[in-house]
Amino acid sequence: MIRRNLPFAAVAVIVLVVAPLLLEPFRLSLLAKYLCYAIVALGIGLAWGQAGMLTLGQGVFFGLGGYSMAMHLKLTEGGGLPDFMVWSGVEELPALWVPFGDPVLALATAVLGPMLIAAVLGTLVFRQRVRGAYFAILTQALAAAMVILLVGQQGLTGGTNGMTNFFDVFGQDLADDSTQRGLYLVVASVLGVLYLATRQLVNSRYGRLLVAIRDGEDRVRFLGYDPALVKTVTFALSAGMAGLAGALFVPVVGIISPALLGVVPSLELVVAVAVGGRHALAGAVLGAVVMGYAQTAFSEQFADGWLYLQGALFILVMTLAPKGIIGVAERWRRARTT
Amino acid sequence: MSAFANQLPIGLSIGAVLLLIALGLTFTFGQMGVINMAHGEFIMAGAYTAFLLGDLVPALPAAFLVAGTMGLILERAAIRHFYGRPLDTLLLTWGVSLVLQQLARDLFGAPNVQVPAPAWLSGGVGILPYNRLFIMGLAVAGVVAVWAYLTRTRLGRRTQAVVQNRRLAATSGIDTGRVDMLTFFVGSGLAGVAGVALTLIGPVGPALGTYYIVDAFLVVVAGGLGQLRGAVLAAAGLGLLNSYAEFWSDASLAKVIVLAAVIAFLQVRPQGMFVLRSRALT
Amino acid sequence: MRIPRPIVSAILVLSLAACGSDARPAGDSGDIKVGILHSLSGTMAISEVTVRDAELLAIEEINKAGGVLGKQLVPVVEDGASDWPTFAEKATKLIRQDKVATVFGGWTSASRKAMLPVFERYKALLWYPVQYEGLESSPYIFYTGATTNQQIIPGLDYLKEQGKKRLFLVGSDYVFPRTANKIIKAYAAANGMEILGEEYTPLGHTEYSTLVNKVTQARPDAVFNTLNGDSNVAFFKALKSTGATAESMPVLSVSIAEEEVTGIGVDNVVGQPVAWNYYQTTDTSANKAFVKAYKARYGQDKVTSDPMEAGYNAVYLWAEAVKKAGTTEVEAVRKAAGGIALERPEGLVTIDGESQHLYKTARIGIVQPDGLIKQVWDSGEPIKPDPYLKGYPWAAGLAGQ
Repeated sequence: MIRRNLPFAAVAVIVLVVAPLLLEPFRLSLLAKYLCYAIVALGIGLAWGQAGMLTLGQGVFFGLGGYSMAMHLKLTEGGGLPDFMVWSGVEELPALWVPFGDPVLALATAVLGPMLIAAVLGTLVFRQRVRGAYFAILTQALAAAMVILLVGQQGLTGGTNGMTNFFDVFGQDLADDSTQRGLYLVVASVLGVLYLATRQLVNSRYGRLLVAIRDGEDRVRFLGYDPALVKTVTFALSAGMAGLAGALFVPVVGIISPALLGVVPSLELVVAVAVGGRHALAGAVLGAVVMGYAQTAFSEQFADGWLYLQGALFILVMTLAPKGIIGVAERWRRARTT
Repeated sequence: MSAFANQLPIGLSIGAVLLLIALGLTFTFGQMGVINMAHGEFIMAGAYTAFLLGDLVPALPAAFLVAGTMGLILERAAIRHFYGRPLDTLLLTWGVSLVLQQLARDLFGAPNVQVPAPAWLSGGVGILPYNRLFIMGLAVAGVVAVWAYLTRTRLGRRTQAVVQNRRLAATSGIDTGRVDMLTFFVGSGLAGVAGVALTLIGPVGPALGTYYIVDAFLVVVAGGLGQLRGAVLAAAGLGLLNSYAEFWSDASLAKVIVLAAVIAFLQVRPQGMFVLRSRALT
Repeated sequence: MRIPRPIVSAILVLSLAACGSDARPAGDSGDIKVGILHSLSGTMAISEVTVRDAELLAIEEINKAGGVLGKQLVPVVEDGASDWPTFAEKATKLIRQDKVATVFGGWTSASRKAMLPVFERYKALLWYPVQYEGLESSPYIFYTGATTNQQIIPGLDYLKEQGKKRLFLVGSDYVFPRTANKIIKAYAAANGMEILGEEYTPLGHTEYSTLVNKVTQARPDAVFNTLNGDSNVAFFKALKSTGATAESMPVLSVSIAEEEVTGIGVDNVVGQPVAWNYYQTTDTSANKAFVKAYKARYGQDKVTSDPMEAGYNAVYLWAEAVKKAGTTEVEAVRKAAGGIALERPEGLVTIDGESQHLYKTARIGIVQPDGLIKQVWDSGEPIKPDPYLKGYPWAAGLAGQ
């Protein structure tokens, strides 16, 4: 048990203690951003890596969480209507947003809203046995539709600009480096807890059922299980993680906009999971951090080359190392011990 | 004619565009189960071929060859290792599409380029300009050609055999590798032809493919995998829906309505309009 | 499942690498670092790369002439990647890590809105070079492009003079077109003009048959076009294919400059009016020098456009303010900037210290068969910037007052 958790504990110490000591505030909040993506990736790892549901629409759930939190921040900073409503000519707060002044309600919506939507969608499509490529394209269409809706409702959502210019979160000044450090610690802890919980889940009977569904859904059905229910629950869990990640992302990065949750960012996260190693939850987390870091590093060095590099990386990983970094590392370890 | 009545031919012409961009996908996605995200960039390659040649008509066969060859290379170099893993091809080809976009940006520059429309395409009949009629004609010709290929040629029938039962086809002496190669060539080539047609109505730039890829997939999904008649009906239906939805509301809402309609439609018919029956377990 | 040890080491290395990359060679004490932050990749790269080039040209020229306060300017170029949060992130990096004296950057309103809190938080300076929707006046941003009363309203004045009283509004779905159209509607109501329709399409939309059908059925005297980017190509192609010409259906555009004309196809926009403050053909000696220098530096086939010129000006205006202040310190530069007047390619521009916008001359031009734009109308003298339209009684009640 202790041996089993040793690597996790080592990573936890690095992330929670060493990184905040070593990194300057700007870099630390970048790392916090990657960790937010890692939470989404964890959900993708669960839904896709374990249960075989390739969801290309996690951005939708991330966005719901993000917009809930952003609206809460806008409503609690005082000074009347949110800025984007003023320049959109909205004169009073639309009823939809009124409950978001309350922190508990806002956070609950950020997590439960995506879960509810995923549950409804999951019930509908999994009962009809929509799966594989159909499910993937359907969720992609959902992401595309969500972006168009958000952009079109400028008075409600800030349109293309999204929501930005936040001053404080739960009474803490966002400009303060200590707030940013605190946020980082919150994000890292949430990720750690979710990782442990998901790992527990995957190692349980339920987790084995997931893998069975991934590898042969009809066979599982013939054994008397209801794959649609299992898949729906899993999809809802991954949506909830994306929602929570979105809610954490907003105070860390200071903006939420439709560009963050469309087809491309949703796909980029899936690719990050593939790069890290989809079959292991740690791979999903690692992939998100590595890809996030790589994007920052490469765009700082040679901006023009990023697309080439990103593209080449996908191609290489998919053809040469379909199990991702984790798979390569495991093979390496096995080769060494035998 | 009233604005309302005008929307009927407009809807059909939108449908023709959808059909043209999706036709190649009914091959690669429908017949082979390969989710080719680089399909949009093959369309782009066709459009740039038209730009390089500067003339529409010779560009049609040239674009077919250019895009087809690109597809062939992609299939041989990478995709053939992925059969049976359709979701992985999605990520792989997404990487390819990023590289191709950046390549186009480096080769032709970031700004849009101009492909002059031939003089004989200026003017029109009623609400429909000649360039739209040309696209409709091209779509019809494409469908007929694909249909004839699949049902009237040996290669086409072999393709169908491989789709229906790969192992049985292989045991019967069909070289499935060659069939896959050819199918991918034709499917990608059709994307190139669509790209040439699109120069008549839209921008020609590195982002061209990204504008059409989701729509193309929707048509194939709604029509049913590998179903030509399904794709035709789905394209026409989505075109008309788009046309009238935009007429009554606006362009943004029309897009959302179309997407929602496809999602809802899949609730009723999860495998699309037409289903290829199979006894295979998944 | 356990995490293989190599992963642990990988994460360690990664965290160390993250610190390592901070160790940039510190700038010579004789240099001044300035940030340049535009989209070099993604959909906006088409437009923004040329502005970056113009800004780099200005920096080279200033350096050649001896620099600022006897120091050379060293540009630090970052990529906003057409993604608003990236703009905020890179702005933070430029300010906090590279410690630049000022930043020139942005194009879309969304990127500016995303950067605004960063610049206000760290009390740093941003020079924003593109015409925009107004209703903003941040103490830490200088706006060197037009605000609405220097572009939209002169455009409407021109249409009114031409006797175009029935307008159809077409725009991309984001804040600039929506705000512009609100102003246009208020103007129309006060000037006896009629708005026959108002349509928005998503950014990147390419199917314009239905919209063109709506426009032609409404039979307006003119279309006011606030479409952005690639959509213009599809819109003008669809319009042209119905047989419409610049005479039968004039379309006044506010986002089409010399750069875009080639991509749309000169045939499709020839004869159509556009509204800006500067054209490549603008007849000033400063412009002749600018066009010559730009072509010599980047290629004879290149064109210059309004946002490029505004970016080019921004560097000179900042340098002038630094010279006047005797320091690059932000508050001193802000104070010194007010009232600075320079002869630029577009003519005389003056910084309005109160709003931190520029006095600019409005110009209407017509797209020529060679792809350039010829001026047919101007406002005579530089117009005082009025981002909140306080000086226009009919605009009272518009949002943001």
